[in-house]
Amino acid sequence: MTDIIRARGLVKRYGDVTALDGLDLTVPKGTVLGLLGPNGAGKTTAVRILTTLLVPDAGTAEVAGIDVGADPVGVRERIGLSGQYAAVDEHLTGFENLDMIGRLYRLGRDVSRGRARELLERFDLAEAADRPVKTYSGGMRRRLDLAGALVAKPEVLFLDEPTTGLDPRSRTELWEVIRELVQAGTTVLLTTQYLEEADRLADEIVVIDRGRAIAQGTADELKVEVGGERIELVVERDDEVPVAREVLSELAAGDVQVDDHTRTLTAPASGGAKTLIETLRRLDARGVSVLDVGLRRPTLDDVFLSLTGHVAEDGTEPAVAAAAATGGAP
Amino acid sequence: MSAAHALQDGAIVAKRNLIKIKRVPEVLVFVLISPIMFVLLFAYVFGDSIEIPGMDYREFLIAGIFAQTVIFGSTFTGAGLAEDMQKGIIDRFRSLPMSRSAVLIGRTASDIVYNLLSIVIMALTGLLVGWRIRSSFLDALGGFLLLLLFAYAFSWIMALMGLIVPSPEVINNASFIVIFPMTFIANTFVPAENLPGPLRTFAEWNPVSAVTQAARELFGNMPPEAAAAVPDVWSLDHPVAYTLIWVVGILVVFVPLSVSRYKKAASK
Repeated sequence: MTDIIRARGLVKRYGDVTALDGLDLTVPKGTVLGLLGPNGAGKTTAVRILTTLLVPDAGTAEVAGIDVGADPVGVRERIGLSGQYAAVDEHLTGFENLDMIGRLYRLGRDVSRGRARELLERFDLAEAADRPVKTYSGGMRRRLDLAGALVAKPEVLFLDEPTTGLDPRSRTELWEVIRELVQAGTTVLLTTQYLEEADRLADEIVVIDRGRAIAQGTADELKVEVGGERIELVVERDDEVPVAREVLSELAAGDVQVDDHTRTLTAPASGGAKTLIETLRRLDARGVSVLDVGLRRPTLDDVFLSLTGHVAEDGTEPAVAAAAATGGAP
Repeated sequence: MSAAHALQDGAIVAKRNLIKIKRVPEVLVFVLISPIMFVLLFAYVFGDSIEIPGMDYREFLIAGIFAQTVIFGSTFTGAGLAEDMQKGIIDRFRSLPMSRSAVLIGRTASDIVYNLLSIVIMALTGLLVGWRIRSSFLDALGGFLLLLLFAYAFSWIMALMGLIVPSPEVINNASFIVIFPMTFIANTFVPAENLPGPLRTFAEWNPVSAVTQAARELFGNMPPEAAAAVPDVWSLDHPVAYTLIWVVGILVVFVPLSVSRYKKAASK
């Protein structure tokens, strides 16, 4: 497989703040790389460098075999970018926006118009095509923005937090669209602070924190890295909690955590389903009534917490995240 | 990136700017009210207290108002650019393989339309208060073209300001610092010969005076007695040539400055 994106040692500083601190990235053709990290981790900076909007202080990057520093126009001809803030003109209609982008790609009048109509149809915007974008909902604007990124059928698509700020339904719809694109062979670099989003869309995830990659792998590999499955169970009555704790500690591979308030107990279970069945058998034998029980695999939230020592939603500024990591690590 | 591409892309951006005028005509209404207001205020407030030898003040005034208004109109370029720079659409433009100067070429071009409209409105208001064109059609056309050309060049100065200011709100106040002295220390509202010492020298060499003088002559609003009173300096003796020198000079300096500033400002 050829690598469509290759970045080495990217560094970008804004005064005292280091947004990127030697980031390496490799994305093979036809795959989706999820760049996962909290606000201020450097995700957007990385995308802006790879899409030629920003010149790095150090490091090199190649997109579709072209050096971003040496031939930015060549890169721009081959990429599509859909950003965090919908880059569409709100006074133009959906059609006018896409047609303008097509003309600026020098598609020619007829091709540009045809492509605009085709994309509006595909993104379920045909009915709104001739209304000013000002009247669009947030989800519609994002879809139009994504359509804008696809006008010239790019080899590589950069999606910078494509669903941030969207309601759950619009988010699911957009995920669907992105999945279709990937199936059609587009290489995608996606940034997100939603762990679920990376899990659902990305083949490979790079966890980034304070401008550096701190882990890389598939969602499954990252979860394994954090530890195996956990048993989570809720008992009916308060007085059953100590009994359940006793049973769990006999079988669990580590410490049992108890939340007295919700009567929830969790413990690592190295034996998976076997351990779960044995736990239930013993609880039943001692007359404990279980309200809810399950094997839970670690979420990417757990991954982030164990990798960085702070939760993903920590702060909006790197400085805040840093303070949380040194002062408030759980 | 060739010049043809820059113009072609500029035309696409200009079209986008003009669609906005169509969609938000309110903006245009306010742009056009101020020239009407200026014509009426000066004609009726100062009309009877300023004496111009050999002619009616209102006839003297209109070319000055034209010059002032098209220069005010150039602040639109700065405001529009400052606004664009804050919006996501700039990232879209920058991620496309389009000419780097297209956003500026398109903006300055679409603002010619604003200025054209305000000139039409002012001319009509002027005719209502007693202004008349007393030259040939071609001369008058030349006068209007010169005003538009000067305004176009000036809008590149404002483009640079629009790229420098931190937010669109600042641009109006910032541009007034340049525009008010330039349009008032001139022969726009009072004859240059009436101004005291250093102000008079400034007014004589001020390009706004030249373009005003040129427009007055081309509209036939300069009877011999009034013309005789105009200070005898090269700039006012050859107002068309002097204006054109300024147009070229402004473009040569401010087009490259604005383009390089745009590249820098957009890569933050």
